[in-house]
Amino acid sequence: MAQTHGMVEKRGVGIWLTHAFMILGVLVIFFPIWLAFVASTVTQPEIVRPPMPLWPGDQFWENYSAALFSGVNVPVATMLFNSLVMALGIAIGKIIISLLSAFAIVYFRFPGRHVFFWMIFITLMLPVEVRIVPTFEVVAGFGMLNSYGGLIFPLIASATATFLFRQFFLTIPDELAEAARVDGARPMRFFWDIVIPMSRTNIAALFVILFIYGWNQYLWPLLITTDPEMNTIVMGIKQMFPSGDDVAEWPVIMATSILAMIPPVIVVVSMQRLFVRGLVDSEK
Amino acid sequence: MATVSLQNVKKSFGATDVIHGIDVDIKDGEFIVIVGPSGCGKSTLLRMVAGLETISAGDILIGGTRANDKEPMDRDIAMVFQNYALYPHMSVRQNMGYGLKIAGLPKDQINAKVEDAARLLQLEPLLDRKPRQLSGGQRQRVAMGRAIVRQPAVFLFDEPLSNLDAKLRVQMRLEIRELQDKLGITSLYVTHDQVEAMTMADRMIVMNGGIAEQIGSPLEVYETPRSLFAAQFIGSPAMNVFDAEIAGGVVRMGTATIGPVSGPDGPVKLGLRPEHLVLDENGPLEASIQMSEPLGANTLLHGRLSPSGDVITISLSGVHTTGEKAAAMRFSIDPANIHLFDPDSGLRRTA
Repeated sequence: MAQTHGMVEKRGVGIWLTHAFMILGVLVIFFPIWLAFVASTVTQPEIVRPPMPLWPGDQFWENYSAALFSGVNVPVATMLFNSLVMALGIAIGKIIISLLSAFAIVYFRFPGRHVFFWMIFITLMLPVEVRIVPTFEVVAGFGMLNSYGGLIFPLIASATATFLFRQFFLTIPDELAEAARVDGARPMRFFWDIVIPMSRTNIAALFVILFIYGWNQYLWPLLITTDPEMNTIVMGIKQMFPSGDDVAEWPVIMATSILAMIPPVIVVVSMQRLFVRGLVDSEK
Repeated sequence: MATVSLQNVKKSFGATDVIHGIDVDIKDGEFIVIVGPSGCGKSTLLRMVAGLETISAGDILIGGTRANDKEPMDRDIAMVFQNYALYPHMSVRQNMGYGLKIAGLPKDQINAKVEDAARLLQLEPLLDRKPRQLSGGQRQRVAMGRAIVRQPAVFLFDEPLSNLDAKLRVQMRLEIRELQDKLGITSLYVTHDQVEAMTMADRMIVMNGGIAEQIGSPLEVYETPRSLFAAQFIGSPAMNVFDAEIAGGVVRMGTATIGPVSGPDGPVKLGLRPEHLVLDENGPLEASIQMSEPLGANTLLHGRLSPSGDVITISLSGVHTTGEKAAAMRFSIDPANIHLFDPDSGLRRTA
């Protein structure tokens, strides 16, 4: 009896300790975001006069509507829309292209199959920044500066996603492909009816990762969008910083930062539920 | 429903020949079991009939027409895979109807056919479940159902029972056989289990190293095995084989003589089935028994033949105790039950 009691007590202490550490960790990470939120709800003079306020002020609507509908160079709503188009375009485009190329590499015996695979694999080693100048040349040559096409297409090929889908396709038993052949499914029918539904959890997980990858692109949009109308939000925040003697409108910039965080959070939260359910549902 | 004919069918992967020319004519509605140890090419042969492997030489005729270059779907076959190969994201109903859906049948016809097949296999309550919610035996049935709904000319089974437990295997064995009798569809069934081959086959093909050692009914193969391999592969426990000699119309092995037999004098391989040996105080064979395995209905005795020391297995009906270890026992055998094989070619000596 006493022993049981002791164990319960001990476990209780353990829970309190772990929770204390977890809460501490959350606070450390959350504090800057909280400061940004506070800064987005007060007036400019309140921010610049030390000490910095730690509790939200009453300027929430004023600051956010100023950010959304007028912004500094361009309304934040426009930048949000541009970012959304770019992130969705990159995520969906990458998924479609990688699915198709992984399917080709795994299921078809064509000459040069291994060469193509290794070529794709090698591009993994080249980050965007390394090839950014030639890519810029190409995009400029096609007249795609300041366009969604220019924002999306150069980033759409993905060795990582292709490789991931290849690894997943290799785990699909050969018998399934053979059963489908006996059932009369042509390759693309097999792809559509069997491979895609079986990959849905991988697709969901990849969509989250790629959406955030696309959303957070900074250098590329900075290079090719000179027209403020085409700015994306992540680079747009930087553009809001004053040059020279202008005064930084910190409440508006902070409101923009908070707004920039919301779509990725929505995607992570909603898709997380989907792919956790997918993981529970799925079986080889 | 169709005949299947294999004419000198060969298969090589690169420079390696895996099937060295198989000839067999399968009658309409016949149940053929292809049996052999792993690596003997039996699955490859089946997959060639299915169209999942190319044919290196020879012809495969299904229903009298050459099928070599036809896609699997155009061969009018259905196949049951060892791991069932059910589509994991589809319900039982969708799994069974997928082939028909691709064939472009209207929905109500697909439903009617799927429900007919489900009734036949007692799958009706499971139609809306996913494969992962089914037990091994039920998955097996769904795989069968998927084959049945298409009403193919030929069924192909690739070791369909090897993932099931022993009891279920016996039950499914009977069910498959019963179903095949009812539907009368020509079937090719691959297994490494000689009991399945014995119990299910109309005729069996005993394969070894890419050749057909013997093609015949189970009892033909059991009673007159054409080669040493077939003799030892079919029958459980396996046949005892000894080096012996024919001399003067009897088989001599050490001091023992068994006979009379006909045939020219000279060395010979002597095959004795464990169940044909009988206890006999005056019998010619003496063995020291090392171990006995009482199975209830019969008892397996494992021992060594005196004086050669060759290992011998004897199956006696009923319960026997060996008494003390290494007890000597004597056995005899009816000369009609002995098998003689050529020591070089391994082929049966016809008496």
